[in-house]
Amino acid sequence: MIAQILFIIILATAIYLFSKNVGTIRRNILLGKDTDRSDNPALRWKTMAKIALGQTKMVKRPLAAVMHFFIYVGFIIINLEVMEIMLDGIFGSHRIFSKPLGSLYGLLIGGFEILAVLVLVACITFLARRNIAHLKRFSGVEMTEWPRSDANYILIIEILLMTAFLTMNAADHKLQLLNYGHYIKAGSFPISRFIGPLLPDSASSLEIVERVCWWFHIIGILAFLNYLPYSKHFHILMAFPNTYYSNLNPKGKFTNMASVTNEVKAMLDPSFVPETIAEPGRFGVKDVTDLTWKNLLEAYTCTECGRCTSVCPANQTGKLLSPRKIMMDTRDRITEVGKNIDKNGKDYQDDKSLLDNYITREELWACTTCNACTEACPVNINPLEIITEMRRYVVMEESQAPASLNNMFGNVENNGAPWKYSAADRLNWAQEK
Amino acid sequence: MKIPTMAELAAEGKQPEILFWVGCAGSFDERAQKITRDICKILNHVGLSFAVLGTEESCTGDPAKRAGNEFLFQMQAIANIQVLNTYEIKKIVTGCPHCFNTLKNEYPGLGGNYEVIHHSQLIQQLIDEGKLKAEGGESFKGKRITYHDPCYLGRGNNVYEAPRKALEVLDAELVELKRCKSNGLCCGAGGAQMFKEPEKGRKDVNIERMADVLESKASVVAAACPFCMTMLSDGVKHENKEQEIQVLDIAEITARANGL
Repeated sequence: MIAQILFIIILATAIYLFSKNVGTIRRNILLGKDTDRSDNPALRWKTMAKIALGQTKMVKRPLAAVMHFFIYVGFIIINLEVMEIMLDGIFGSHRIFSKPLGSLYGLLIGGFEILAVLVLVACITFLARRNIAHLKRFSGVEMTEWPRSDANYILIIEILLMTAFLTMNAADHKLQLLNYGHYIKAGSFPISRFIGPLLPDSASSLEIVERVCWWFHIIGILAFLNYLPYSKHFHILMAFPNTYYSNLNPKGKFTNMASVTNEVKAMLDPSFVPETIAEPGRFGVKDVTDLTWKNLLEAYTCTECGRCTSVCPANQTGKLLSPRKIMMDTRDRITEVGKNIDKNGKDYQDDKSLLDNYITREELWACTTCNACTEACPVNINPLEIITEMRRYVVMEESQAPASLNNMFGNVENNGAPWKYSAADRLNWAQEK
Repeated sequence: MKIPTMAELAAEGKQPEILFWVGCAGSFDERAQKITRDICKILNHVGLSFAVLGTEESCTGDPAKRAGNEFLFQMQAIANIQVLNTYEIKKIVTGCPHCFNTLKNEYPGLGGNYEVIHHSQLIQQLIDEGKLKAEGGESFKGKRITYHDPCYLGRGNNVYEAPRKALEVLDAELVELKRCKSNGLCCGAGGAQMFKEPEKGRKDVNIERMADVLESKASVVAAACPFCMTMLSDGVKHENKEQEIQVLDIAEITARANGL
């Protein structure tokens, strides 16, 4: 009874804290400007099913894809087991699913055990790739102490959880064989039966092992749930809304700014009456609140895998730009803005901004807008849009484009070509030869 | 070469089947001008009626837009759309993936709705319709040819097959670059980089791309974009491989193969 009450208190607290943190992130995301992504729901569901659920963009790197798939399937399917554990915790029952599921139960538990081993293999491989093989993709200026530790913590926690799960089953299995107490014969244990011999033989010790592992496993999962909002691991949830709200246009298509259209039309035709649109008085993006909610959603979705940066032509040739850094900077800045609001109220302004305090101009001007980053992202994040929006601010609000680009602008404006050729000579190519 | 302009045809009360949007590079860049003429030769060869805007054509605004100057882009776009709509243009073929992308994707929102294709797609269509073959000209048989995907044609608009189709009819030995199609590496010119010095780094992007080209051991690198053409040609020069490696546009290769 005490155990049940304790369990319910822990569960309720975990869910409350998690909802609170998710609420804060939702609030932060909605600090972004509006953008309409409500069109074509059928294609959006399809995109989400293909890319988030089906992980079709992961396969470009086969080893990572397979290992990631183990952890992903393990995570989803072992959740069934977590559900049982929760119900057992609430009702004080033991293996509550075993009766209604009958012989299927054995198959399920056996399947979970095999998945648990695959998850273990994948996590160990991933740890080795990061800490022994030192894959280049996992380094870079933005991969400071915290992001590196974050990745390791996630993998270590998953290893501990799977170990606890298997050890719990091993103890349970042994207790079942002893016909001890409420440990009814249920489940099959293709993996944990081999752990059994390592455990003590006395029933009372086994019960302690089983209970410790049970509590460790479930408290670990609830703690992990609450770690998610602070971690890159949040992608396991965010990948779904993020791919649903994907950019469905061809990648080459950039947005036309409606606020600019109004001004240009008014300039060309003085009788033009602009449609009234609620547009803030700033062109482009200086700080995170100038971005759209979708850009901010993407920032919280990024799992820092670095596929974008590894294919970026600027980054590969030693320039400062790293698309992953653009996303991490955006996330760090919006988190900072959110904390400022929590501490000092809605209208608080610090003297910082995404431009200059986080992202430098040199990074912005290194981009070739080639879309390699957006193509590479397994969850359809678009760092390029943030870069071009910030260029818009630098050019249109500050007139701080590099001098050579200002020359190009002048040429386009005066003679209709980016070079200094006369518009009258535009057909000269037809005359030669 | 007699190139009809829209103004001339309109004066005669005629409407061509297709408008050839030449683009700034195609109009002014010496190397690209050759490609422009080859596109016209192909159009004449298959008897497709076309015209150009000539001096009425102006920059689409692409480099301004990629550099963040949305004002200048929209000034250009709205002015161009006025000209195109006055001539009641329905179909456009471009000689440049950047013009192609801008006209196709970004002009509709500003009132310019046209069917826009890139010249590699036109060549593919003509081959598919049997109007264009690879005969009567230079033989590419057995030559090792590779193709560099322009970002705004490939990733930008998912056009990967059309330019390859134009090469497949050559009976040549086609090889892919290590990074190709959706994994293709940029030439380094996009995003208005063409018009500025690169930012500080270890090397230039086109030199990085040369590693792929050299590894492919191709003697011809096919391009489909005037900016890629510049970057790849500079890259070949940088590697002192001008004798061994030719950089040719899809249109040039097609024109040569047909003896145009």
